[in-house]
Amino acid sequence: CQFLYILCLLQEPSLYTVKAVFILDNDGNRLLAKYYDETYPSIKEQRNFEKNVFNKTYKTDSEIAFLEGMTIIYKSSIDLYFYVVGSSQENELMLMAVVTCLFDALMQLLRKNVEKRSLLENLDGAFLVLDEIVDGGVILESDPQQVLQKVNRVDENPFSEHSVTQVLQSAKEQIKWSILK
Amino acid sequence: MLKKFDKKDEESGGGSNPFQQLEKSAVLQEARVFNETPINPRKCVHILTKILYLINQGEHLGSTEATEAFFAMTKLFQSNDPILRRMCYLTIKEMSTISDDVIIVTSSLTKDMTGKDDSYRGPAVRALCKITDNTMLQAIERYMKQAIIDKVSSVSSSGLISALHLLKTSFDVVKRWVNEAQEAASSENIMVQYHALGLLYHIRKNDRLAVNKMVSKFTRQGLKSPFAYCMMIRIASRLLEEEGRKPRKLYKCTLVQMQEFKLSVTDRNAVSVFTLRSSDCLWLIPSCPPLAQNIESQGEGALSNRKVHDLVSSPHHQVAMKHPSAVTACNLDLENLVTDSNRSIATLAITTLLKTGSEGSIDRLMKQISSFMSEISDEFKVVVVQAISALCQKYPRKHTTMMNFLFSMLREEGGFEYKRVIVDSIIHIIEENPESRETGLSHLCEFIEDCEFTVLATRILHLLGREGPKTQTPSKYIRFIYNRVILENEEVRAAAVSALAKFGAQNEEMLPSISVLLKRCMMDDDNEVRDRATFYLNVLEQKQKVLSATFILNGLTVSISGLERVLHQYTLEPSEKPFDLKSVPLATTPLTEQRLDVTPAAVAKQPEKLAATRQDIFQEQLAAIPEFKDLGPLYKSSSDPIALTETETEYVVRCTKHTFASHMVFQFDCTNTLNDQVLEKVTVQMEPAEGYEVLSYIPARSLLYNQPAASYTLVAVPEEDPTAVACTFSCTMKFKVKDCDPNTGETEEEGYEDEYVLEDLEVTVADHIQKVLKPNFGAAWDEVGDEFEKEETFTLSSVNTLEEAVTNIVNFLGMQPCERSDRVPENKNAHTLYLAGVFRGGYDLLVRARLALTDGVTMQVTARSTAEIPVDIIMASVG
Repeated sequence: CQFLYILCLLQEPSLYTVKAVFILDNDGNRLLAKYYDETYPSIKEQRNFEKNVFNKTYKTDSEIAFLEGMTIIYKSSIDLYFYVVGSSQENELMLMAVVTCLFDALMQLLRKNVEKRSLLENLDGAFLVLDEIVDGGVILESDPQQVLQKVNRVDENPFSEHSVTQVLQSAKEQIKWSILK
Repeated sequence: MLKKFDKKDEESGGGSNPFQQLEKSAVLQEARVFNETPINPRKCVHILTKILYLINQGEHLGSTEATEAFFAMTKLFQSNDPILRRMCYLTIKEMSTISDDVIIVTSSLTKDMTGKDDSYRGPAVRALCKITDNTMLQAIERYMKQAIIDKVSSVSSSGLISALHLLKTSFDVVKRWVNEAQEAASSENIMVQYHALGLLYHIRKNDRLAVNKMVSKFTRQGLKSPFAYCMMIRIASRLLEEEGRKPRKLYKCTLVQMQEFKLSVTDRNAVSVFTLRSSDCLWLIPSCPPLAQNIESQGEGALSNRKVHDLVSSPHHQVAMKHPSAVTACNLDLENLVTDSNRSIATLAITTLLKTGSEGSIDRLMKQISSFMSEISDEFKVVVVQAISALCQKYPRKHTTMMNFLFSMLREEGGFEYKRVIVDSIIHIIEENPESRETGLSHLCEFIEDCEFTVLATRILHLLGREGPKTQTPSKYIRFIYNRVILENEEVRAAAVSALAKFGAQNEEMLPSISVLLKRCMMDDDNEVRDRATFYLNVLEQKQKVLSATFILNGLTVSISGLERVLHQYTLEPSEKPFDLKSVPLATTPLTEQRLDVTPAAVAKQPEKLAATRQDIFQEQLAAIPEFKDLGPLYKSSSDPIALTETETEYVVRCTKHTFASHMVFQFDCTNTLNDQVLEKVTVQMEPAEGYEVLSYIPARSLLYNQPAASYTLVAVPEEDPTAVACTFSCTMKFKVKDCDPNTGETEEEGYEDEYVLEDLEVTVADHIQKVLKPNFGAAWDEVGDEFEKEETFTLSSVNTLEEAVTNIVNFLGMQPCERSDRVPENKNAHTLYLAGVFRGGYDLLVRARLALTDGVTMQVTARSTAEIPVDIIMASVG
């Protein structure tokens, strides 16, 4: 019977891994958030959850928290807090992969300035990065390099062939716009 | 534009949010820029970002304004700026639910997804599927199939995931894409493989044979993606679970193979991050012991990796709770973790150790815990207390050590939840170990002297009232209880008065002094306290044991919500007749004697609440059926539905028995698992073996595929021979079958009659008796009196131990064991079991069974009731 009991605890196999991803500032305010299922359907419940999560995690230096029946993996940098939420049965390491990928991709996108102001200045990029990592709760990609490539934001290294063309392209654009203006 | 924000930032002190001041109307106004030609991509990207930011912050966009902005945005498809285009896709996805007519972008998106620019194609597929509905899906089906097998991994992944999302609304279309998904599953790209595997499983999960094939196929081929592996293990364990207790050898081999493969993968490259979460393959442990070792060695490897440190210890913790022996092997590692600087890890480690440790190590561990108890948060303290409580159950002999520890913890600062768990554990220990009662109670008395939590104080007072009078010197508790009357708020005062009364009722020497105290309580400011004091004092002054037993020692046994409902009904229809307490349904679960389970308290308590309301639900459902109106109140419903078929047959039927005063209703929950049939007029014909008479059938009108419906059968309980309550019914389900098209759901006009034989249904004595807990059995025994008493002696030759006999009797009679008499002390040759219940119709029924261990077990049964019939029935059924 104990055997069956253990089995009941196993999770239904599913690609839907991530319940929510959000980035908060150091006052616990939401900068970016995506909820992928109906666990927290209203904005009020979402904010409340974020508040609880933030209060529980902002002082600690670990990477994982269990709250309201959720597994939360998080990471912080200067004044930013990155959270990935999954069910209590979820594989923490998969959630970890998501938060690491999000962080590393933003790290490159923001040229190592992973802080609030820099994030807000490049919010469009952050939206796109997140869109490439998780789609509707399914992990789409977990390699930050792949993610950046997909949003056309590979680190512009002047020695790489690819970026030379890109620089030229953007220079062309610049000139074009200045003429058109 | 960003420059401008920067300036503002500096003025306001820097670091503030440039999007903070955004006004919805202003931003939507700005969106008009989209209509300008030529398009300025930078400006437009910025405005789209603002719109997305607003939606992200939870700003509500009205349908009209969203539609307007959306239409303006469609113009942006003229620009070829990659970022702008990508932002458009995002906006489309975000607005797909709030804006009307989003489908107008279909053609633009279709163009992008089939176009040359690879970086557009994947996102375009995902955006397109977000706005597609069932009808439009047919039109783009061809493109979707191509996308799934596309060489570019991002396109293929996008196609697969979108297909997965579409399964919810258009299962029938998406399942046609299985071949494409199959092809994608052998892709070189790890993410594509993962997504394909996931999609295949989601499509096939109801077809076990297909899943089975899939598992063996991928086991042969091997998988490259760690994500896919994780998925695979889960699928395989799911299969095992469905197989039930007889895991097929095949799966075992499959999984062992995968496990080995996995290990080699782990060795080759340092993807130890993706080692299986232990609980994912936990089921393997009981069926395959050598694997436990493997998992442990994996665990250790990961433990050395600081980065995944916490991640690993948490699953370890879970494993320990579910299967302690599996973890014992790595206890040494855990001991090292106890000194970890991260207190959460240390706590998890120590609680794991507590759960797996041996009796000898307890003292040492306790010392270690107390050293850092003050440094950790309440939440972890609760975890520790729960672990200790579980330990007490395992090693009752250690209770003194643990009790002392719990009390020192109780004295420390802490929140309600923390204190509650401690008090729960202490109460539990007291109930389990009579020898700890005295010390436990005096510690608790000390605690309530300074307790800010009303709930805890009342609970402890209740416990004092119940356990205190049984101790050697009950008088020493009176002072503590009476102090509450002087010092506390009204709820605690009322509880204290009740506790005082219980002392008075059970101890004649103390009665005079208790009376004095109660008289003082009659001057109290609070109504409830005064009422209780007056009531109890009057009852006590009658000096009749029966009265005290009914009104003071054994409280109400009815369900509170039921009482509320019946009283409400009574006030609606005023009648001359006095209110009859027997018409109130009894509480389904005795609330006072909660057993602390090994699982955390919160989990254990929930089902009990549900059980209490379950009967109410049945009551309502049954009352809605006109045929059952005159049956009176529902007396008892059997706890778990009984399966009358195998779970995998064409039709699945489960039965719940409802007992009324002189009738029984059988509720058959039927499920039709054939999608090409509709059943109509479903009844379950019952053939009783003796005595019972079938009165009527209430058919389930129609039974659609996978939608359960209930059919009822009404039966009268035999009146001529009231003792013949146990009976076997043979059941046959009768119905009319109509064929239907599984795809369209259209039913054919013509049908034919058919029947289906079900398993036999047993009605036993237990179905006629409701469990009731009498906290003080002796008092209740006297209260019922010996007017209808019968005694007989039986020999139970088939049972060999007292425990077995006790369990058998309790299960057979379906009555509530009182005074913890269901627990047989070790190494005893004789035991007395006290059972209490209420017989159908509201007759109290008490049974005392004296058991003696000789060759078999000899049992002397004495039954008392307020009427003759129940006693006869008990005697007849036991014999």
